[in-house]
Amino acid sequence: MPLLEVRNLHVSVAGNEILKGLDLTVNIGEVHAIMGPNGSGKSTLTNVISGRPGYEVTSGEVLFNGESIMHMLPDERSRAGIFLALQYPVELPGIRNREFLRTAVDALRKTRGEDKMPIREFNKMLEAKAKALGFDADMLKRNVNEGFSGGEKKRNEVLQLAVLDPKLALMDETDSGLDIDALKVASEGVNRFRGPDKGIVLVTHYQRILNYITPDFVHVLIDGRIVRSGSRELALELEARGYDWLREEVEAGSSA
Amino acid sequence: MANTSTGSDNFSAAFAAVQSRPDAGPDWLRSLRETAMLNFQETGFPVQRKGNEAWKYTDLRALAQTSFAYPETPGSVSPSRLASILPFDDGFARITFVDGRFAAELSTSLDLPGVTISPLSRALGSNGASLRQHFGPGQDRPEDSFTSLNTALFQDGALIEVTGEIDTPLHVVYITSDQPGPIAVFPRTIIIARPMSRVALIESYVSAGDGQSLTDAVTDIVVEDGATVDHYRLLVENPKSYHVGRLNTVLRRDSTFQSLVYETGSHLGRLDAVTLFDDTGSSASLRGLYITSGDQHIDNLITIDHAKPHNTSRLSYKGILDGKSSAVFGGTVFVRKGADKTDSHQQDKNLLLSEEAVVNSKPALEIYADDVKAGHGATAGAVADEALFYMQSRGIDAETAMRLLVQGFASEILDAVAIEPLRLWLEQQALNALPRFEQTISE
Repeated sequence: MPLLEVRNLHVSVAGNEILKGLDLTVNIGEVHAIMGPNGSGKSTLTNVISGRPGYEVTSGEVLFNGESIMHMLPDERSRAGIFLALQYPVELPGIRNREFLRTAVDALRKTRGEDKMPIREFNKMLEAKAKALGFDADMLKRNVNEGFSGGEKKRNEVLQLAVLDPKLALMDETDSGLDIDALKVASEGVNRFRGPDKGIVLVTHYQRILNYITPDFVHVLIDGRIVRSGSRELALELEARGYDWLREEVEAGSSA
Repeated sequence: MANTSTGSDNFSAAFAAVQSRPDAGPDWLRSLRETAMLNFQETGFPVQRKGNEAWKYTDLRALAQTSFAYPETPGSVSPSRLASILPFDDGFARITFVDGRFAAELSTSLDLPGVTISPLSRALGSNGASLRQHFGPGQDRPEDSFTSLNTALFQDGALIEVTGEIDTPLHVVYITSDQPGPIAVFPRTIIIARPMSRVALIESYVSAGDGQSLTDAVTDIVVEDGATVDHYRLLVENPKSYHVGRLNTVLRRDSTFQSLVYETGSHLGRLDAVTLFDDTGSSASLRGLYITSGDQHIDNLITIDHAKPHNTSRLSYKGILDGKSSAVFGGTVFVRKGADKTDSHQQDKNLLLSEEAVVNSKPALEIYADDVKAGHGATAGAVADEALFYMQSRGIDAETAMRLLVQGFASEILDAVAIEPLRLWLEQQALNALPRFEQTISE
């Protein structure tokens, strides 16, 4: 049974159809990169899977571990094991990183019928994971993403991924706005998460991050559909040639 | 420009009545009232918003068209009613006024060491020439029409002179009664902290009824050399009321002023707060929290005047807006020529719980000195939806997320409230602002 199955997904935003029949299957242990030009629907896909409000699913469905998740709230999807690293992480004034993550961890444990994690154990775990991402302990006292640089925000997403340890990670342009050092640190974080019992969907505009996180599959999303799927080499070809040739091929194909 | 609203006609009649009373006060006050009334009649309510920065986003037409009665006698409020409308049960020394008149039966014993608390009317009755300096226009700012109207028509208010270090807070309570109206009331408060004194004061504006009313309140605070004043101003009048307040603070040498403004009551609430650094070595921390819903409108116009060097100011206001409510934040920090070594920062942040809520936030700096550290910032409002989804995407349910969000947002203002029952009450107020939860999913 696939970990994630997106079937013929049609999604509209404010009356405009963004996804026009998208299919995607992610098996456990796989890393899928989804590439595409701006406005092709990449973020829409990850947002819809996460249950973000504001998207109208007009047909199709999303299955997680073989069951439809379309009726579930975003927090229920999260606790079921789906994690979204946002393209634009949100600032939470007055909520400290440490308390935020502790609340999230306890919510997850409650769903699993487990007791709250003892504070010392939690702090030790959190500080180790933060250190691995190049954060000092002071960062945990700061408000979530408030006053963070772009790179710090993205690394903070990866920290949350590490702490919540979901089954499926949807990484929405985690590489955008990162300098090369920050990109390496964030990629290492994702690679630590990677494993035979995990699935990753890596949404990106650029090929660069795939130098650090090697995908098993690369898909190209253009105008709401996956128009081509292939291996790592497809990403290199896209980098060399851009998206236009593919768009032209698709248009020629559909008019033929 | 003459104002022709029925409102000001009513006030003319009220003014004539005030001036003809035998207890109208000393001659200097009668003369001051005369000037103030003329000024009000000249300018009227500032209904014209075009070209009027101070009132650009606040529409006073409905207020100006309302015919307010000026009550001859205060309405009646029983002690048990008072207990139910006080924001919190504090047990502090309390001086209470109903419809702008002293209510002895609702006040505690005011005989405390280190401080003189009395109705202002009493001091003015025995001439009170030393109080003259606390009235009338500032040196370089023309008096606004609401202050003028208050000066013309006020009957009473709290006069507090602090000489020692006071450990328990004092509470000044202004109640608008439910007598037939709409009525207009004009509380006037004077707080003088003598050198090296220290005091914490709460000034509360509450309604005993649910009818329409106007409160035009003026508070003058002087913090003399080395003194410390913690001032809390709570606006919790009923949702139909109009409230226009003024808070003038003068800081002398090496003084400390901490102000918290909490605004949730009233249909239309406005506060003009002016803090003047009149000497050196002082600091002011001005904080505000406004929580609005329905069709409420709250407007804060804050001015910090660094007239002298070596002073520090911090201004931080936050708003939580729901429904179709709106808020205005105007903060201007003047750093005058020669006011070097000024250190100033101001910010206004808003949390919008509804897409129909609107905020206009305009922090501004006007710097005429050279060696200055100053900054400002405003966020027009992270719409709470984004933060809510973000937290939900980490497995936190919507209700818990919203609670964390509102608590966290308010905590930056409220954590510094040293009076525990007040802080607990304010925290609860913030939580009460939470919307009821019926979240739907996008399917």
